[in-house]
Amino acid sequence: MNSSKKIYVWELPVRFYHWLNALCIVALASTGYLIGSPPAVQSGSEASFGYWFGIVRFIHFVAAFVFFFNFLFRIYWGFVGNKFARWDQFIPYKPHHWKEILHVLCLDILQICKKPLKSIGHNSLAGLTYFITFLVFLFQSITGFGMYAAMSDSFLPNLFAWIVPLMGGDFAVRQWHHVMMWFFVIFSLVHVYLVFYHDYIEERGTISSMAGGWKFIEKNK
Amino acid sequence: MEQKPLTIYENMELNGYSRRDFLKFCSWLAAYIGIESSGVGKIVKAMETKPRLPVVWFHFQECTCCSESFIRSSHPIVSDIVLDKISLDYTETLQAAAGHQAEEVLHNTMKKYKGEYLMLVEGSVPTEDDGIYCCIGGRTALDIVQEAAAGAKAVVAWGSCASNGCIQAAKPNPTGATPIKNIISGVPIINVPGCPPIGEVMAGTIVHLLAFDRIPQLDGLGRPKAFYSRRVHDTCYRRPNYDAGLFVESFDDENAKRGYCLYKVGCRGPVTYNACGVMRWNDGVSYPIQSGHGCIGCSEANFWDNGPFYQHLSSFPGFGIETTADDIGVIVGAATVAGMAAHAISTNIRKRSQIREGIKESIEEVNNDKGGE
Repeated sequence: MNSSKKIYVWELPVRFYHWLNALCIVALASTGYLIGSPPAVQSGSEASFGYWFGIVRFIHFVAAFVFFFNFLFRIYWGFVGNKFARWDQFIPYKPHHWKEILHVLCLDILQICKKPLKSIGHNSLAGLTYFITFLVFLFQSITGFGMYAAMSDSFLPNLFAWIVPLMGGDFAVRQWHHVMMWFFVIFSLVHVYLVFYHDYIEERGTISSMAGGWKFIEKNK
Repeated sequence: MEQKPLTIYENMELNGYSRRDFLKFCSWLAAYIGIESSGVGKIVKAMETKPRLPVVWFHFQECTCCSESFIRSSHPIVSDIVLDKISLDYTETLQAAAGHQAEEVLHNTMKKYKGEYLMLVEGSVPTEDDGIYCCIGGRTALDIVQEAAAGAKAVVAWGSCASNGCIQAAKPNPTGATPIKNIISGVPIINVPGCPPIGEVMAGTIVHLLAFDRIPQLDGLGRPKAFYSRRVHDTCYRRPNYDAGLFVESFDDENAKRGYCLYKVGCRGPVTYNACGVMRWNDGVSYPIQSGHGCIGCSEANFWDNGPFYQHLSSFPGFGIETTADDIGVIVGAATVAGMAAHAISTNIRKRSQIREGIKESIEEVNNDKGGE
């Protein structure tokens, strides 16, 4: 008979970051999609009576600032947080990381291996995926603020104005900023699915861990 | 050749302009290049003291639309001052000289005014096959540009061809058409993109060089900030419709008649930096958006390859002409959902024993607890 012990995996700041980030991404992707392809509104009213598209853009910009600083905070927490939150969870710089990635692919994705692997925090493949996600966060922040710089005199957006000449113009920046929105859509789908999967297979409370922070690990393993 | 070249003002006097005309012209110039009224005096002084600026104007892979635009800049004195008062020593389309004479004039200017003349370039330069796709007087454009740029004070790249490559450089770019900025270095380069650029913008750029003897303030892409710092979108009179979410859905609908924003029919205003919304064209008569057609982004790099013009997202390479990132995204998303469904099914089959084991243990534990009570 297995009895389990509880481990505090996700500290409060990590959980807070996670849900704020999730909220921002939902807001950014949905308003971003609307900005890219606004719905057809048939209206005979004068433009001065409406501002809904401006509000959609406003939400996008506000969410972008929140998202950006939340992201910076998470990077900071990667250096001061517990071992499950640390930066080295995300970068497979040792051979055993890559071995674990192959193992996860074999066990959980292709489901042809039998040898169990139960990591407490992120497994190496998940860590790598989040690292790629962070790179996309960075890309979206740079390209987004780069475009925003054209209509802003403030300091932060203008830090990223160099991306426009580098990519050859606003059109290319906008195009890639838009393409990367789909990365978030696909990522979210897979992310939510895999959380359910791990919760189902591993019986450790993966889903609830991002609410309370606790995971439940078999004692005799 | 004159011993002491006449100043611009002296030249204007000779042509019968009064002092009053001259001062009016100077303040008009100041307004044009966007300097404050206190700067007018500087312009007057410059015009009174500076001799005519020697200029060579080259034409390579281009259609001459830049020249056409330039000679139509709205104020009559502009063409006068710029074509007449600058010393336009060499320009293939307008000069009287031909053949050896023309070449001689060019070389005289380059020799006599080394480091002083202004080099204006219209058109891109082919680099494929040693640049043989554009030759003048038996020499390649590449050769001519490099030689002329070496002694130039500044280089102005007229139009999208010289600034970005324009249509010659569009895929697959058979001649290796290259913008000027990628060919020469060590000389200040001013990019004045547009297909063509607005005549007044061209004149304004020259006037700035003429009046202040230095290049105007440039942005990250080497364009004069005075004319290229705002997006067409930001200065568009239809902008309130954009913010109100009122869009033309197709060119023949009711919304088009009402003059709504052309964003959804592919207007490139939001990604295009130019002065069209402010200066407009043909003496300020109109500009594409005012005529009911979206901006095609002619002053932006690669605008030919960012098509189709009538949709806002460009089509995705390799997926057929009308396939955008959104179409691909939906397909990838659907494939992901299908993959997840397959994975979920596979999990219940392949991990059957593990799941059963877990449930069995749990039932035993519950029963044990009961037994213990």
